[in-house]
Amino acid sequence: MTARYRRRRLVERLMFGATIAAAATTLGVLVFILGYLAYQGATSLSLDFFTRLPAPVGETGGGMANAIVGTGKLLATAAAIGIPIGFTGGIWLAEYGAGTLAAAVRYAADVLNGVPSIVIGVIVYALLVVPVGHFSTLAGGVALGVMMVPVAIRATEDFLRLVPDALREASLALGAPRWVTIVRVVIPAGLRGIVAGLVLALARVAGETAPLLFTALNNRYWSPGWSEPTASLPVMIFTYAISPYEDWHRQAWTAGLVLLVLVLGANVLARAVLRRGMAMR
Amino acid sequence: MESPETTVAGDRAAGLRLRFGAAFAGRAARGTTAPVARRVLPPAQARRRAGAIGDPLFHTVSLAFALSVLGLAAVVGVVLWRWSAASRAAFGWSFLATSTWDPVFSRFGALPFVWGTLATSAIALAIAIPLGVGAAICLAELVPRSTGDALAFLVELLVAVPSVIYGLVGLFVLVPLVRTAGGAVARALGSVPLFAGPVYGIGLLTAGLLLAFMTVPFIVAISREVLLAVPETQRDAALALGATRWETVRHAVLPYARTGILGSVFLALARALGETMAVTMVIGNRPEIAASLFAPAHTMAAVLANEFSEAAGDLYLSALMEIALVLFGITIVVNAGARLLIARVRAPAGAPA
Repeated sequence: MTARYRRRRLVERLMFGATIAAAATTLGVLVFILGYLAYQGATSLSLDFFTRLPAPVGETGGGMANAIVGTGKLLATAAAIGIPIGFTGGIWLAEYGAGTLAAAVRYAADVLNGVPSIVIGVIVYALLVVPVGHFSTLAGGVALGVMMVPVAIRATEDFLRLVPDALREASLALGAPRWVTIVRVVIPAGLRGIVAGLVLALARVAGETAPLLFTALNNRYWSPGWSEPTASLPVMIFTYAISPYEDWHRQAWTAGLVLLVLVLGANVLARAVLRRGMAMR
Repeated sequence: MESPETTVAGDRAAGLRLRFGAAFAGRAARGTTAPVARRVLPPAQARRRAGAIGDPLFHTVSLAFALSVLGLAAVVGVVLWRWSAASRAAFGWSFLATSTWDPVFSRFGALPFVWGTLATSAIALAIAIPLGVGAAICLAELVPRSTGDALAFLVELLVAVPSVIYGLVGLFVLVPLVRTAGGAVARALGSVPLFAGPVYGIGLLTAGLLLAFMTVPFIVAISREVLLAVPETQRDAALALGATRWETVRHAVLPYARTGILGSVFLALARALGETMAVTMVIGNRPEIAASLFAPAHTMAAVLANEFSEAAGDLYLSALMEIALVLFGITIVVNAGARLLIARVRAPAGAPA
């Protein structure tokens, strides 16, 4: 074993050691974040958190029932906007989309996907808050819905493209018109993946805070209907975390844990559904 | 509008011909292309053909939804452009070069925010690139495939963690940590401007560190995928020449994967530039340009989050809109770069994005 070779082996050990250290650091930090959040959040998790309104400033206790309902309403609004546009647009891209127009739509989706979420909030503020004169659940839902569109449209397109052409040919050969083929054959074949994609899109916007700051704003009480400001879990976490109150900090951790379980749960579920779909094919 | 339809039918016919011979191909082409059917059938029958109404209707409706995406992207650009008109007229290009931010006297310059955004992103990438690429090499080249898959799954989940949660952990864990460790550094190296000044814990370095942790998962997940896509022959050839495994990675694998890794870095950069919540919680939100890493600073996204809903006065609002416009422009460029690079890697493999 020459000295030169020994040196090369040493370099190899050092560099691979460094990559292992990098992987350990990355995973360690990430495991720490999750573990610490679970620990901090669980210590003050109680039934009150899910059933009570926030306590008046200065009092301890209370919960975030209104924020949980608010997040639900915001997500429902977002889904009502993002899913029809994304799903139907995705069908067009996959089944009819070719040429410059389709490339333009794909590029627009990419641009929308890359727009910082705070900028989406700014746009919705200009279009839906300023003319009306007040913040609202509707504006917040629209902001989240716009953010869903690019994810939903690309997921729909990708999974429809995975449907084998033989299925389309078989249906057309039986005399079914093209639209019947798409609705009754192509979409059912790709539905599992599309649903998983839409769940991922919804999970992505569920944790968004920035676009809600000046659209849905916040609210310490119930928000009936769609035209008043509403609380939401992400904005509550932000507001409580930067507040000076110890008790609010504790509740911010709890809200963080609940939000994370929601988001990661949806992610794991969607991925499990996808994996099973792949195995069946 | 006719060409895509005939091409699709043409492709399909070609595929069928390959698999089943000419007879099937002819039948498929006649069944799928409207133009052929129209030529064969008399007009009255053609109108009654199944789908004569449904097909164009379905096509038009789905097209309308697809076009609305184009419309949404256009609305973003137009609104930002219109609403920032007053600020652009009042300050011109000097908006980006002056550092006065004084809502009381309506003097607005965005330089501190541009600086803060660029500086935090630079710090984040300086940490995230070596960490992320190193981790990706480990997960792609060193550990067994199944272990790598499991760990990569974990890393990909972390991409989904909402940024406000990173902010929460940053505020209550990273800030005290930086305050303690940074205090010691500042006492030892205080004479160097980079480490000078009081250490509050919040500031440029804290924001950069937090952004690094937020962007590392992107780099690891995509870089690993790219490394796994490097052909085995590339490694075999290097090993056969007597290279050590590290030399193989360094000279045969990494150069091959360079474009894709760069693409992942661009995506990470795009996220760092536009990140709002986590940054605004730990950066201190002070529009100043200081040499010290420990000094509080501000970013474009953070100033929007902090001041937008309180902006009294048209010029104030317009100036914030112009900041949003600049941010929008920067992210479009960075995202386009990322897509180009990743497309160049993925295209030959033919894998769906």
